[in-house]
Amino acid sequence: MSKNDNSNNEPRLMKGNEALAEAAIRAGIHAYFGYPITPQSEILEYFTREMPKRAGVVVQAESELAAINMVFGGAGAGARVMTSSSSPGISLMQEGLSYIASAELPCLVVNINRGGPGLGTIQPSQSDYWQAVKGGGHGDYHLIVLAPASVQEMADFVFDAFQLAEKYRNPAFILADGALGQMMEKVVLPEEGSLPYHDANWATSGMGKRKERNIITSLFIEPEKMEQVNLHLQEKYKSMQKEVRFETILTEDAEILLVAYGLGARICQKVVELGREKDIKIGLLRPITLYPFPKAEIARLAARVQSVLVVEMNAGQMVEDVSLAVNGQCPVSSTGRMGGMISSPEEVLQKVESIVEKQTLTLE
Amino acid sequence: MENKIPEEYEVVYCKPSTLTDTPLHYCPGCGHGVVHKILMEVVEEMGIQDNTVGVAPVGCSVFAYNYMNVDMQEAAHGRASAVATGVKRVLPDRYVFSYQGDGDLAAIGTAETIHTVNRGENILMIFVNNAIYGMTGGQMAPTTLLGQVTSTSPYGREAAAIGNPLKITELLAQLPGAYYVSRHSIHTSNAIRKLKKAIAKSFEYQKEKKGTCFIEVVSNCPSGWKMTPLETMKWIEEYMFPVYPLGDLKVPKAESKVTTENPN
Repeated sequence: MSKNDNSNNEPRLMKGNEALAEAAIRAGIHAYFGYPITPQSEILEYFTREMPKRAGVVVQAESELAAINMVFGGAGAGARVMTSSSSPGISLMQEGLSYIASAELPCLVVNINRGGPGLGTIQPSQSDYWQAVKGGGHGDYHLIVLAPASVQEMADFVFDAFQLAEKYRNPAFILADGALGQMMEKVVLPEEGSLPYHDANWATSGMGKRKERNIITSLFIEPEKMEQVNLHLQEKYKSMQKEVRFETILTEDAEILLVAYGLGARICQKVVELGREKDIKIGLLRPITLYPFPKAEIARLAARVQSVLVVEMNAGQMVEDVSLAVNGQCPVSSTGRMGGMISSPEEVLQKVESIVEKQTLTLE
Repeated sequence: MENKIPEEYEVVYCKPSTLTDTPLHYCPGCGHGVVHKILMEVVEEMGIQDNTVGVAPVGCSVFAYNYMNVDMQEAAHGRASAVATGVKRVLPDRYVFSYQGDGDLAAIGTAETIHTVNRGENILMIFVNNAIYGMTGGQMAPTTLLGQVTSTSPYGREAAAIGNPLKITELLAQLPGAYYVSRHSIHTSNAIRKLKKAIAKSFEYQKEKKGTCFIEVVSNCPSGWKMTPLETMKWIEEYMFPVYPLGDLKVPKAESKVTTENPN
């Protein structure tokens, strides 16, 4: 790719993985550390191709374990750094993520989710929802989790993720899936250099002119101190709630509310279209941030709709968070396929129709 | 802390300014205190306190950052060299060192250790080998000697069951990325002086971007070995040195001469 290509903002056709990598370079990352795993290897490949040309650091680590700990070191040194992987590799990174969250370092970790458990499959899945939004590693912590639903968002959310990570000194996480990583779509890339750097006066970058040394640690051996650290983290997570983002489609007159994120939401857009053609009053809420979670909006809509249907590419994980938000105001059900299989819009519509039928029967 | 020294006296010995005033948590007679001190003496003497970043491990030296008065980051167990890689890659003009024990570097972190050296990361790795897990209460380490009794080898380490002591320093010396590999000890003041020279040399090599410098320090564990500090020194000489002989394992060509010393 020529230098011209890197700076122009013309729409282009790109793979999700490559759009994400190019966006990260434009977001000014200093270093990327990664390890090959399908279906996200294009990200590592893109960086190994582009970073040497564009004054950035790229290291192919010996494992995901090493990669996340290189991220820990780079982030601790005050640099803008990231890694990416897919489900089994993300499991290996959980130890490092817990340390990074506790030490309050900004960084970006990307999961191009594939079907599990175990070695699973290389096909797209949303089976890592719980791992992403509930912490994932040991201890009470949260990541800021963004869920793109298009190649455009694969690029845009890199900027949002770093902006949030640096604002809150917290690791940010992009939860996508194998389809979003592999599919090609039109994308307008964000402008290079448009994301200002944060002031990392806490970084362990050498004392320089500082009088006091900086220490980055997650070890607080006295329980009284560890409790204070935890209270501070929880306070921070509370303050992050205002960053909640979601998209709604035809929810205002909806009787049936679909809740879906990422690729699931793309499918549900079609379901809404098909349903409306059949005069079913159906709408869609798409959480964009999975943590913080759009609890308030779901609660508000739940008070008005007759039923909520959560559509996921897993056995039903987000449905638990949706149910908590709905809090008994209306029935909540869940549908989806697992192991790398994706529901068709028609399959989901059938489920919607069965809900409508049941409701009609109940009303009669 | 201010030391008032009468005018008619002059200071002939003190701790370096690059060590904090925090009292060490190490057991009496432990080698860590010595290694901390001379490492920080080198940092002071070279005037590199302002541009040095250290990485502390998990193990007895987990609190190294409480004592070493330079910017320091912790690492998860075994991952110090990966963290140090991250630091060095984004700040290539800083002096970066990792400080690790035998369990950390040669058991749980073996992959990170080998690959960091194989990449020739331009850092100093200090490996304190006391043949035991001290922090967790004296369990068998990868470097525990055959027959050595620990809390998890109560009948003595047996090669048939758990393998031989891992001589990771010899292994690392084979890798092209390793520029300077040397084994030292803290059992005599002479040995300590040699260790200090090796540390200073390593930082010089780092300045010249030569590759990984790796220094093993054969050390002791009075609590874990259940000996007095003096007994541990004798035990080091009698039992540790035959397995972990002192001397340079790899030195740059210009100065290469075999310097395997008589441990005594």
